[in-house]
Amino acid sequence: MSDFQSKFAVGVNPFARQSKGFGNAAIMFVLIACSCVAILVTVGIVMSLIFETIRFFEQVPILDFLFGTHWSPQTALTADVVGSSGAFGAVPLITGTLLISFIAMCIATPLGLASAVYLAEFAGPKVRSFAKPLLEMLAGIPSVVYGFFAALTIAPFIRNSGSAAGFDISSESALAAGIAMGIMVVPLVSSLSDDVINSVPQSLRDASLGLGATHAETVRKVVLPAAVPGIAGSLLLATSSAIGETMIVVMAAGLAANLTLNPFEAVTTVTVQIVTLLTGDQEFDSAKTLSAFALGLFLFVITLALNVIALKIVNHFKEQYD
Amino acid sequence: MTNPFSTEAAGLQGRHNAETIFKLSGLTAIVCAIGFLVFMVGSIAWTGSGALRESHVQLSIDLGPEKVDPSNVEAASYQTIVRDALKERFPEVTNRRDRRKLYGLLSPDAALELEQYVLDNPSVVGGVADIWLLASDDLDIYLKGDVKTELDESRRKFSDLEIGLADSLVQEGQTRRQFNTRFFTNGDSREPELAGILSSLIGSFFSLLVCFVISFPMGVCAAIYLEEFAKKNRVSEFIEVNINNLAAVPSIVFGLLGLAIFLNFFGLPRSSPLVGGMVLALMTLPTIIIASRAALRAVPPSIREAALGIGASKIQTTFHHVAPLALPGMLTGAIVGMARALGETAPLLMIGMVAFIADVPKGILDSATALPVQIFLWADAPQRAFEEKTSAAIIVLLLFLVLMNLLAVLLRRKFERRF
Repeated sequence: MSDFQSKFAVGVNPFARQSKGFGNAAIMFVLIACSCVAILVTVGIVMSLIFETIRFFEQVPILDFLFGTHWSPQTALTADVVGSSGAFGAVPLITGTLLISFIAMCIATPLGLASAVYLAEFAGPKVRSFAKPLLEMLAGIPSVVYGFFAALTIAPFIRNSGSAAGFDISSESALAAGIAMGIMVVPLVSSLSDDVINSVPQSLRDASLGLGATHAETVRKVVLPAAVPGIAGSLLLATSSAIGETMIVVMAAGLAANLTLNPFEAVTTVTVQIVTLLTGDQEFDSAKTLSAFALGLFLFVITLALNVIALKIVNHFKEQYD
Repeated sequence: MTNPFSTEAAGLQGRHNAETIFKLSGLTAIVCAIGFLVFMVGSIAWTGSGALRESHVQLSIDLGPEKVDPSNVEAASYQTIVRDALKERFPEVTNRRDRRKLYGLLSPDAALELEQYVLDNPSVVGGVADIWLLASDDLDIYLKGDVKTELDESRRKFSDLEIGLADSLVQEGQTRRQFNTRFFTNGDSREPELAGILSSLIGSFFSLLVCFVISFPMGVCAAIYLEEFAKKNRVSEFIEVNINNLAAVPSIVFGLLGLAIFLNFFGLPRSSPLVGGMVLALMTLPTIIIASRAALRAVPPSIREAALGIGASKIQTTFHHVAPLALPGMLTGAIVGMARALGETAPLLMIGMVAFIADVPKGILDSATALPVQIFLWADAPQRAFEEKTSAAIIVLLLFLVLMNLLAVLLRRKFERRF
């Protein structure tokens, strides 16, 4: 009895050897600091982009940047030539980016949605366990590989079939880059839409099937309309990643800033210009290098906005059926 | 008397047809996407397999006393010896321009190779020896049958003269092809037949090492805080929103961050794996945090309650019981994140890891490039022989990605516990 009491006397905590107080506070401090890195990174991105962008707008008026239709930063190198300031109109870059992203989404939307519907509604567990990882592999392949394939296989194929049909197609057409990019975002669309379709309540399907609709009719007229907001969210996320994609366009799209909506012509994009402006040696104060940061800020804001909207839509959609 | 079911029966048939078509279109989409994957990887692998073999040319080389001084082997001009051997093999080539083409059949490295061979086998000095020397990239392509000989001479790089010389070598059995170890042991080179992936592979390794050392502990700590300790308030919500948004920021923006802050503000060395790894670490951080949180969430509350119930503190519970059980899941997430970082190119271009690097980097502060950047550089190179090198490098990159993902799957299988 006394032995037992001495061992488990009140106040003798078997864990007491470990100093609490200071040690715990230090651990908590490290944990909190690590969590705050995420905030720090965001702040770092915003700060570095904004400061350089402000310096850029000291040299080039903001309206010329946003609404100018002529982009040729290279002339900024020669200081004494007439028109030495270079032209920093971002409109051709933005239309080029949107054109290529649009082509990509034209490919990714039908392919991704159809695969998502098939995987979620029709495929047996065997097909699902086989097809899903394969589709995910498309997203796991580095974009530099897509770029190489687009430049080396897709672009010559398009040009050759174009010249066979009597068209003159640029070897760096927006189409080639768009196709490769479209295939790359298929798994993004399909896996997000798959989730969304799966979260449509079974009761809706049962009701429709019970009324005599076929499975396909149920999907088309009940499940898909119910999932529209979520699907829209997944398409927005895919668009955002297509806009921010770099290597495919660097390798397969051109450098020429053409203001065109023709998919067979060469266009350039925001990301391509950032890469060309900042690779190689640079002096950091020229408008040429600073303009890359303005483009980066533009890219950051657009993709962030698309993501925030998309996540809002998807979360709202999921809550609706919870 | 009309059959009231007839229209419906036809309609039913139509509806069933529509069902089949709908199903088929879904299947077609999947087959299209997977078919593209197979075609892309297959065609790249097919092209890349060529880079695994290199061509050699056999020449009988005069290493007599007037060419190589037996007492001072290193002083000889091996460049001249190789050229003399070529001239002797093809006495009909006399014109200066043609001679240059003749010399171009061998790699610029052939003389060095001969010197090494002579140093390794001193017995050959003083006589005539048949020695295999590395062929140039143009000859290599021709021997692999990839030169379109039916094209007009002006439209191909390999001229009729060179074709004649090469054919004569083939007829005499003086060419051979063997496994290309150089591709795995050399750094980058301007000469395609000498270019290898070792320097970029080591650069990638150092970058990933830095990336892992930074992002894994940081990601795990952040996940533990958010999942186990953070109260649900504005601050933790703000952190969460930040993490989710960072996961979707285009990778090139991280490159801009690295350029503006790590290089220009802190003045860290440009082109170094240190900066590359830091940028990649910031990129993979959200992936690791999200995966680690999922792993922590999978640990059942009963574990925590049991530890707390016998008197462990919250921190002891977390670090002695919950985190160890979640570790395999966290590691799996980290490996998947590393695999993504390995394939990342755009941010590395921003911080200057895009230079021509022939030497293998020795540490995280040396100038280096990474495997995907090497692919990008070679894809841009004008020589045709780089096409198969690029493809082969892509295959190596994909193999590493598959291995890493396989490792993640195995880890998950081995340590996965169903509670």
